[in-house]
Amino acid sequence: MPAPIRLRELIRTIRTARTQAEEREMIQKECAAIRSSFREEDNTYRCRNVAKLLYMHMLGYPAHFGQLECLKLIASQKFTDKRIGYLGAMLLLDERQDVHLLMTNCIKNDLNHSTQYVQGLALCTLGCMGSSEMCRDLAGEVEKLLKTSNSYLRKKAALCAVHVIRKVPELMEMFLPATKNLLNEKNHGVLHTSVVLLTEMCERSPDMLAHFRKVRQLCSSQLVPQLVRILKNLIMSGYSPEHDVSGISDPFLQVRILRLLRILGRNDDDSSEAMNDILAQVATNTETSKNVGNAILYETVLTIMDIKSESGLRVLAINILGRFLLNNDKNIRYVALTSLLKTVQTDHNAVQRHRSTIVDCLKDLDVSIKRRAMELSFALVNGNNVRGMMKELLYFLDSCEPEFKADCASGIFLAAEKYAPSKRWHIDTIMRVLTTAGSYVRDDAVPNLIQLITNSVEMHAYTVQRLYKAILGDYSQQPLVQVASWCIGEYGDLLVSGQCEEEEPIQVTEDEVLDILESVLISNMSASVTRGYALTAIMKLSTRFTCTVNRIKKVVSIYGSSIDVELQQRAVEYNALFKKYDHMRPALLERMPVMEKVTTNGPTEIVQTNGETEPAVLETKPPPSGLQPASQANDLLDLLGGSDITPVIPTAPTSKPASAGGELLDLLGDLNLTGSPVSAPAPQIAQPPFLLDGLTSQPLFNDIAAGIPSITAYNKNGLKIDFTFERSNTNPSVTVITIQASNSTELDMTDFVFQAAVPKTFQLQLLSPSSSVIPAFNSGTITQVIKVLNPQKQQLRMRIKLTYNHKGSAMQDLAEVNNFPPQSWQ
Amino acid sequence: MIKFFLMVNKQGQTRLSRYYEHVEINKRTMLEAEVIKNCLSRSKDQCSFVEYKDFKLVYRQYAALFVVVGIDQTENEMAVYELIHNFVEVLDKYFSRVSELDVSFSVSEIRL
Repeated sequence: MPAPIRLRELIRTIRTARTQAEEREMIQKECAAIRSSFREEDNTYRCRNVAKLLYMHMLGYPAHFGQLECLKLIASQKFTDKRIGYLGAMLLLDERQDVHLLMTNCIKNDLNHSTQYVQGLALCTLGCMGSSEMCRDLAGEVEKLLKTSNSYLRKKAALCAVHVIRKVPELMEMFLPATKNLLNEKNHGVLHTSVVLLTEMCERSPDMLAHFRKVRQLCSSQLVPQLVRILKNLIMSGYSPEHDVSGISDPFLQVRILRLLRILGRNDDDSSEAMNDILAQVATNTETSKNVGNAILYETVLTIMDIKSESGLRVLAINILGRFLLNNDKNIRYVALTSLLKTVQTDHNAVQRHRSTIVDCLKDLDVSIKRRAMELSFALVNGNNVRGMMKELLYFLDSCEPEFKADCASGIFLAAEKYAPSKRWHIDTIMRVLTTAGSYVRDDAVPNLIQLITNSVEMHAYTVQRLYKAILGDYSQQPLVQVASWCIGEYGDLLVSGQCEEEEPIQVTEDEVLDILESVLISNMSASVTRGYALTAIMKLSTRFTCTVNRIKKVVSIYGSSIDVELQQRAVEYNALFKKYDHMRPALLERMPVMEKVTTNGPTEIVQTNGETEPAVLETKPPPSGLQPASQANDLLDLLGGSDITPVIPTAPTSKPASAGGELLDLLGDLNLTGSPVSAPAPQIAQPPFLLDGLTSQPLFNDIAAGIPSITAYNKNGLKIDFTFERSNTNPSVTVITIQASNSTELDMTDFVFQAAVPKTFQLQLLSPSSSVIPAFNSGTITQVIKVLNPQKQQLRMRIKLTYNHKGSAMQDLAEVNNFPPQSWQ
Repeated sequence: MIKFFLMVNKQGQTRLSRYYEHVEINKRTMLEAEVIKNCLSRSKDQCSFVEYKDFKLVYRQYAALFVVVGIDQTENEMAVYELIHNFVEVLDKYFSRVSELDVSFSVSEIRL
């Protein structure tokens, strides 16, 4: 087996690969070679192979088969082996693999090794991927190393201790004694890592924090003064070549110390007081020409903001941030905006001073800066500056990227709501938002806006005029069109009559208004919801407009056969309004009252709106077409829970398509027109709403008056119809009859229709049957419920008409039912 | 906390990667590709801090090599920015005028 190639060779070969597939091939070949080499237990080249494996791992290929090899390398005595072995362990192994526990013993031995570099390696690895068991076992060793005099080891041990604390917080106390002397070091490396260790301890445990704040028994100085002293030395000391970065002495250490000071000073007056001077000193003395200086200043500002500093210091901090904002460097502006956002809650006034700069940042090219500036601007809006800010923000909305538009729009809405100086301004602003960013507006903006418009009663004419003008040109933005059609539907009369005080009134005819609404309906760009709005608006206009009612009727009837079920339902119901319930139409379609923005519905409001429930309840759905007969509306009320209105049993189930309702009406219409030989008193048209208005709240079927015998109403040609009775306790004039139709012949009866008529003094309501097929051999029945209102307590008589198909031929029969038991009507 | 430290070139090849939190190996390549895409799409006069998912990226470009560090919210971005530069200067001293080739060939040495 030839010697495996070196890592460099491998890298060179991989670099010559032109495509991903070639590279994969090379790597697989090499992997195979490595695997066979591992199997041969070749000690000399193991190191090389693992190094190659690690490289391939970095490129993204699986390398788990090398884990055991890493362990073997760690156990070897050669330093190069150990080095690669530990590196491999750090990269390939973690807590999830069981193999890692095998390392514990190796690490333990290496921690006590004579060579500091080996000890360093072991510390590194433990600090990188030690699991909690390993940490528990080896924490003692780490602590011992923390106390040595070797600074190289001390700093590594400190970092390792950080990891141990993170994994096993209970061991924190163990390291406490060792930390006492850590800060007395001269070596910056040790200082740095000890500050990190102290930071970690303070962050994890409030007890530690309290401990470090107080006076320590053995040391003569507290922690805070110690840190202050170190920081001072750093700033004051001259040029020290080891630690210099662009003229500043060890900025990384400075930043770390500042961060630790921040944690110590938070919510603690004494510590904060001790720090005030040094913070002021750092803030004023640091050079700001380079990024390094700015980094330190940034950390200082964050610290000042967090601790209980005096107000002079805070003003200094905010001024620094203001200076940052004016800086040309984007990075600095970004961090300035971020910090200002954090401080705007507490130091509102101070930040206000920089408002103009912040608003300028809105125009910056950089996306991150723009986002920060936008958030900050919204935080800064208040009653005084709302007009100016809004102007800028609207301009921003115009020109910004789509990802911002939704947030910006909602922000503008919120701000406008809180600080609007006048209703007209508010409406103007919202309209501006809708026209510029209409499609990005969130769904709940539409009902909110509608509610706002109804509330500003005096602005109705102005609003509807502006909205009309807005959608004249362009009706593609859905929220805008929805709001506009709703308003036109409500206030169309104001629009046509041309009364508008605030603006030049425009001359609009009814036809033009209907034109625009129809084009919304037809347009491909309109969403289904928008079309619903438009249709309802057209319907409402039928009461507001005078000369175009026929046109409206035509439009509504066209949509009765629309494919969209929602539109179809609405159109059919509106049609019914025109035909049968014309007398109710004005009452149903009158102006909406001022809506309250609460989630609970007062029953009174709902009665007025006749079924158009509050938007707040239904959220994004448009007001339902509650223009069905009032019983439907009452059903909806029932669902909304508890009102003192008489809830009513639904006549037609709402889920059925409108055609079923039509069928019901037709049935009763048929009954009306029965030009049958029945000369008896003309049957009444059942009028469902009025019948059921008489009912009180209990559902009828609860009261089963036991003891009313059932009768066989009809029994001919194999078709038998039985009547069972129920009386309502609460309303004695109502009788509920359940009919059961059964078929004793050998063939099914299909298309079975049961019709009934009663004398004039009664009122009758037929509910839908369970089906229209009666199976043969009495194997099933059709049930249907009839409700009879008998206010004068006259004897119940009924004429029934049956139509069905049997044995291929259509059958029809008329019969009279006279054998009602007295209990059913007395 | 630093989440990861990457050196990726403009073509998307990773020259050095060090993760300080566990990330699945197949997710790593995806992450690297996305990160480099983010950084490449930014122009010269945009700031070096990008918000990506729930952490921030601090990147710096040196010739054809991008050094990207992922940090979480508690870190001082500017200090990390300086750290990157410091690191590159160290490499420069070690290799005497470091170049991308040096980085790619001395991976194990750099990592430790």
